[in-house]
Amino acid sequence: MLATMPQIEERRVALSHPPRTVVAQLKGVSKTFGEIQALRNLDFSVRAGELLALLGPNGAGKTTAVKLFLGLARPSAGTVDVLGGNPVHAEVRTRIGAMLQVAKVPETLKVCEHIDLFSSYYPRPLPQAETLAIAGLQEIKDRPFGELSGGQKQRVLFALALCGDPDILFLDEPTVGMDVEARRLLWDQIRKLVERGKTVLLTTHYLEEADALADRVTVINRGEIIAEGTPSEVKAKTCGRRIRCVSSLHIETIRAFPGVAEIKKDRDSYEIRVVEAEPVLRELLLRDSFVRGIEVVSAGLEEAFLALTQNGNGNSQPQTSGRQ
Amino acid sequence: MATAATTIHPPILDRPFGQTLAIYTKEAKFEFLTRLRLRVFSLSTVGFPVMFYILFGLVLNGKEAAVNGTHFATYLIATFGTFGVMGASLFGTAAGLATERGLGWLQVKRASPMPPFAYFVAKVLMSMIFSAVVVLSLFALGVTLGGVHLTAMQTMKLLGILVLGSLPFCAMGLAIGYFAGPTSAAPIIQLFYLPLSVCSGLWVPLMLLPKVLRDFAHFLPPYHLAQLALGVVGAGQQESAWSHWRVLIGFTLICLGVARFGFQRDEGKTYG
Repeated sequence: MLATMPQIEERRVALSHPPRTVVAQLKGVSKTFGEIQALRNLDFSVRAGELLALLGPNGAGKTTAVKLFLGLARPSAGTVDVLGGNPVHAEVRTRIGAMLQVAKVPETLKVCEHIDLFSSYYPRPLPQAETLAIAGLQEIKDRPFGELSGGQKQRVLFALALCGDPDILFLDEPTVGMDVEARRLLWDQIRKLVERGKTVLLTTHYLEEADALADRVTVINRGEIIAEGTPSEVKAKTCGRRIRCVSSLHIETIRAFPGVAEIKKDRDSYEIRVVEAEPVLRELLLRDSFVRGIEVVSAGLEEAFLALTQNGNGNSQPQTSGRQ
Repeated sequence: MATAATTIHPPILDRPFGQTLAIYTKEAKFEFLTRLRLRVFSLSTVGFPVMFYILFGLVLNGKEAAVNGTHFATYLIATFGTFGVMGASLFGTAAGLATERGLGWLQVKRASPMPPFAYFVAKVLMSMIFSAVVVLSLFALGVTLGGVHLTAMQTMKLLGILVLGSLPFCAMGLAIGYFAGPTSAAPIIQLFYLPLSVCSGLWVPLMLLPKVLRDFAHFLPPYHLAQLALGVVGAGQQESAWSHWRVLIGFTLICLGVARFGFQRDEGKTYG
């Protein structure tokens, strides 16, 4: 049985925070584990109804941030606030859903039994049929967890995060280890939650995932925020476009154009990384009327991300290079 | 607001009592189903004590054999009953807890509004149910094949003592579960389980053991549970029941203290 429209409407209205108010935040949060500083003076907030991606490489502090939001760890300094309260309190937890990275889930329980149990923890859970429908588990609801594929297991964990009909969901690397098809399926399901008015914070090191899903992206590395904004803003902040062209102009002439971040000669053409394409193109066409083969591509978040992490920190080269 | 300076309060929620009860019931039911379907656990927990009882109590001894005037097959119901209860309780709590704690599942549950006690109570209840199954199996074998005669009162008392006697070992299991890793839990339990059983006179009656071991047994919790059980069938060491209960209660409290320390360490309360 799927939810009727009035039920969904009701749920939207029931969201006690008007759109775009802050519903979860870390204020000046640091977290140390012995010698290791996982988070450094982090200020970070999630707004109602948005899908925020926390993007960063492994070991950046993403999972630590999620654990603080869930009240599973306490900050070494600073404050954590979720829905106006402390997430260690059960009354706050009844409005939170969490999907964490788990190495092993009890395998002999069936999918529907897992959902039945987790639903019982919440005061107003979704009907089980609806949880199964959103997570796409109807066909396998009677299968023991241990017999599921990797993607199906992730979807069950996703179902456990949403079965209590929470206002905010924290998804820690929800699609890790999934194949492309399974990942796209889960993306659709996450989008459906946002359409229902839920707030979602997801962490990922798949740059494509942040680009495909998020309203806002926060990039963190080594426990610090290095960029924030919409996916396109984050891209724009770091050489957002790449122009290829064949021109008779000297490389140094083009390098001097305003807005050019980097230029390379690639066989007979130039490859120019720019913040915004249009002013550079205008200048290019003005100076060289025989310029040809113009191609403009948007730099992927992947490039943006690499540039950010490398510019931000001189010694943050990939670890493999240090070994040689 | 969680500031570094303030302490974390235990999650308290104004939940109607009926709903809380429903959560505890469901948690225990699914914990039981999880373990029941886990053949390694359910078959060995019940199978080993039953197998040893058949071997030592029914096959290797004539029906006339007796210890201190107590029929041997009856004597061994009390001691192998203790042995079985100990196994069900230690493995029932420690193995699951160590795995679920070490491999992230407990964290998923802790992030939900589950009352934390429900998780532990479920493990204890499940262990007590398996303990009861072990004891009842021994009764059935003893009465049908071993010529054991127990009055209704004795049966009830023996079952009650042994099932209640599961608690100290559940507490011990929780303590082990909080300090053992997912793969080391089972070997660590074995390390305690078998030597404790033998030295407490659960396999071979104490009077057949050297005096050093007989004296040493007084320091071992299983000895005291076995003595309480043997007391019901008139084969105890003539010590006061209270002296045994006292040791078992003390042991339970110590183990719960250790488990609590482990819980707080995991919750980030002990070492920030």
